[in-house]
Amino acid sequence: MSSVQIRDVRKSFGGFEVLHGVTIPIEDGAFVVLVGPSGCGKSTLLRMLAGLENITSGTISIGDRVVNNVQPKERDIAMVFQNYALYPHMTVADNMAFSLKLRGARPAEIASGVKRAAEILDLTPLLDRYPRQLSGGQRQRVAMGRAIVRDPQVFLFDEPLSNLDAKLRVAMRTEIKELHQRLKTTTVYVTHDQIEAMTMADKIVVMHDGIVEQIGSPLELYDRPDNQFVASFIGSPAMNFLKGKVKANGSLSFEGADGLKLPLKSAPANSDGLPVVYGVRPEHFTIADDGAEAEIVVVEPTGSETQVFARLGGEQVVAVFRERHQFNPGDKVRLKPDPSLIHLFEETTGKRL
Amino acid sequence: MSTLQTSVPVQASGADTLSLWARLRVNRNWIALWFMLPAAAFLILFLAYPLGLGIWMSFTDERIGRPGIFVGLDNYQWLWDDSIFWLSVFNTLLYTIVASAIKFAVGLYLALLLNRNMPFKAFFRSIVLLPFIVPTVLSAIAFWWIYDAQFSIISWSLIKLGLIEHNINFLGDANWARGSVIFANIWRGVPFVAITLLAGLQTVSPSLYEAATLDGATSWQRFRHITYPLLTPIIAVVMTFSVLFTFTDFQLIWALTRGGPVNATHLMATLSYQRGIISGRLGEGAAIATAMIPFLLAAIAISWFGMQRRKWQQGSSND
Repeated sequence: MSSVQIRDVRKSFGGFEVLHGVTIPIEDGAFVVLVGPSGCGKSTLLRMLAGLENITSGTISIGDRVVNNVQPKERDIAMVFQNYALYPHMTVADNMAFSLKLRGARPAEIASGVKRAAEILDLTPLLDRYPRQLSGGQRQRVAMGRAIVRDPQVFLFDEPLSNLDAKLRVAMRTEIKELHQRLKTTTVYVTHDQIEAMTMADKIVVMHDGIVEQIGSPLELYDRPDNQFVASFIGSPAMNFLKGKVKANGSLSFEGADGLKLPLKSAPANSDGLPVVYGVRPEHFTIADDGAEAEIVVVEPTGSETQVFARLGGEQVVAVFRERHQFNPGDKVRLKPDPSLIHLFEETTGKRL
Repeated sequence: MSTLQTSVPVQASGADTLSLWARLRVNRNWIALWFMLPAAAFLILFLAYPLGLGIWMSFTDERIGRPGIFVGLDNYQWLWDDSIFWLSVFNTLLYTIVASAIKFAVGLYLALLLNRNMPFKAFFRSIVLLPFIVPTVLSAIAFWWIYDAQFSIISWSLIKLGLIEHNINFLGDANWARGSVIFANIWRGVPFVAITLLAGLQTVSPSLYEAATLDGATSWQRFRHITYPLLTPIIAVVMTFSVLFTFTDFQLIWALTRGGPVNATHLMATLSYQRGIISGRLGEGAAIATAMIPFLLAAIAISWFGMQRRKWQQGSSND
C-alpha cells in the first residue's frame, strides 16, 4: 500500500494539451474515483499513472518514489481494463499466474497466490476455463483476480463496469467496494458514471476538459459543489438551474424570468442586481402555498419516489417527491425550494457564490 | 371451368411424381443443392474431373496422340527406380522447406515491423505487396537478368566492390542455381506471408500488450506469450498455403532454369511437365504429378491437426 501524489501533471499529444496541470493527492489506502464526461482526460491520467503514457510535465509519485521515468512493471501497480484484457489463450489460472511467472516466482508461490485470489473472488471452480467460456461478470472477476494476485501498491481500474449489464454493474460495484475494504489497497478508479463515483469513492475527483473541477468526499460534492459543472454532474436527476438576478433591496430574493420570485437566505455583499444561476436539487422542492406557480408537464412515478417535470419561470425543472401526490399534466402547483439548501453560482464563471 | 376439370385428372394420375418434383423444388435442403449446383458443376468439370483423369492416366501408358492402355503400377515402378525422379523429390522438399521457413521468418519479421506506428505506414505496407503483384513470369525474367552469367548486376557489383574476381555462375552451378531459385521464390512469397500475418497481428487487442507490460513482460516475452500464441491460427493457415504454393511451384523454375543445370533444380511439377508434355509420355508425367498428392495431403493434415489442438478457440462465449 502506498500513497500517490499527482503534482501539476500535464499531457500533450502533439501540440494538443489534454491535461492542463492536474494536482491530486491520494492517501494511502484510499478509494479515489476520477469521474468526468468522456474526453475529460481521466483515462489518460490513469494510463500515465500506470506508465502506459508519458508524462509531459509535472510529477507522479507512488509512495516516496517519483515514477515519471520508471518502467510500468517496476511501478508495482495493477490495472483492470475496461475490456478486461484477459489473455484468450490462457486458462483463468494461467491468466492470474502470468505476472508471477514472469517475475520468476516459485511454482508453490504461484499456486498459493492464485488459490488465494480465486478464493477471494469465488473463482475456484472456474480456474481451468478459458476466457471465452466465462460470462461478463466472471471475466470481470478474473481481471480483478489478476490484479489481486500481484499484491500491488496501487490498483487502477479503467471503467471496469461499463461492459456489464445494469444489474450486474450494481452487484460488481458492491463487490469491488467490499474487496477494497478487505484488502485496503490504494485504489484509483476511473468512471464516467457519477452514481458509481458516489457509491464507491472515499474521495471523488471531478474532471472536465483536462482540469480538476473539485476534489472531495461524495457528500461534500453533493452538498457544496464548487461550481456549476460539478453541481450539474453530481446527482441524479440533475440539479435545476434558473437564470436571474439577486434582489437585495428590502428582503433578499432571487428574480428569474417571467417575474419568477424565489426565496434566498443569504447572498454576498453588494450583490443587488448581480446576474446569477440559482440551483435547486430536485428533492429540495416542496409544495407550499407561498411557492412559485409551476405547470406540470410530465409525471414519472418510480415507486419509491415520484419525479415531476414542470415549467417554472419559463424553464423546465424537475422535482422529486417521496410522498405520493396526485398530479396530472397541466395541473398548476406551487413549488418552493428550501432556501437553506439552494446553491448560487456566478452566471459568467459558474463559480459558487 | 373446363380447363380446371381437365387438369384435375392429369394431376390425379401423376400425383406422386408431380408432388415429389414440387417437394424437391421447395424443400429447403434441396434448394440449397440447386443453388450450389452451378458452382459444383464448375468444380467437378474443371477440378475433380482433371484430377481423376490425371490419376487414371498415371495407371496407363498414354502418350500424346495415342490412347493408352491400363498398365497398373508400371509407371510408379519405373519412377521408383528413376534417380532423376528421386532427385526432383529431394529438390522439391529442399525448395519447399528452405523457402517456406525463410518466408515465414522474414514475413513475420516484416509483419511485426509494419504493425508498429511509423511515418508513411500505408506507403510501406503497399510497397511490401509489390513482388506479389508483379506477374510471376515477369519477375522471373527480371531474376533471369539478375542471375545472368555475363551481365548479372550482383556479380558486377561484387566485382566493382573488389569482393570477387569472376562472375558467379548463378544458374549454371547446381548449388548456386538451387539457392538462386529459392531466393527468387522467397522474394515473391514473402509479401503474402507478411501481409496476412500483419492482418492477424491487427486483430490482437492492444490492451493485451498493455496488460502484459503491466504484468512485467519484456518485449520478447510479449511476443512469446501473447503475439505468437494468438497468431498461431493464422500462421497455420498462411503457412499451409505457402507450403502448398511452394511445393507445386512451376512458373518460376521453368522461366529461370527449366530444371537445369543437369536436373539440379527440377521440381516434381517441372519434371512432370517435362516428361508428360514435352516428351509426350502423359502416363509417366501423370504419375509424377500424382506422387505429389501424398505430400500435399500430409502438409494439410499437419496444419489441420495443429489447428484443432487449440482449445481456447473453442467453446461458446456467453455474452
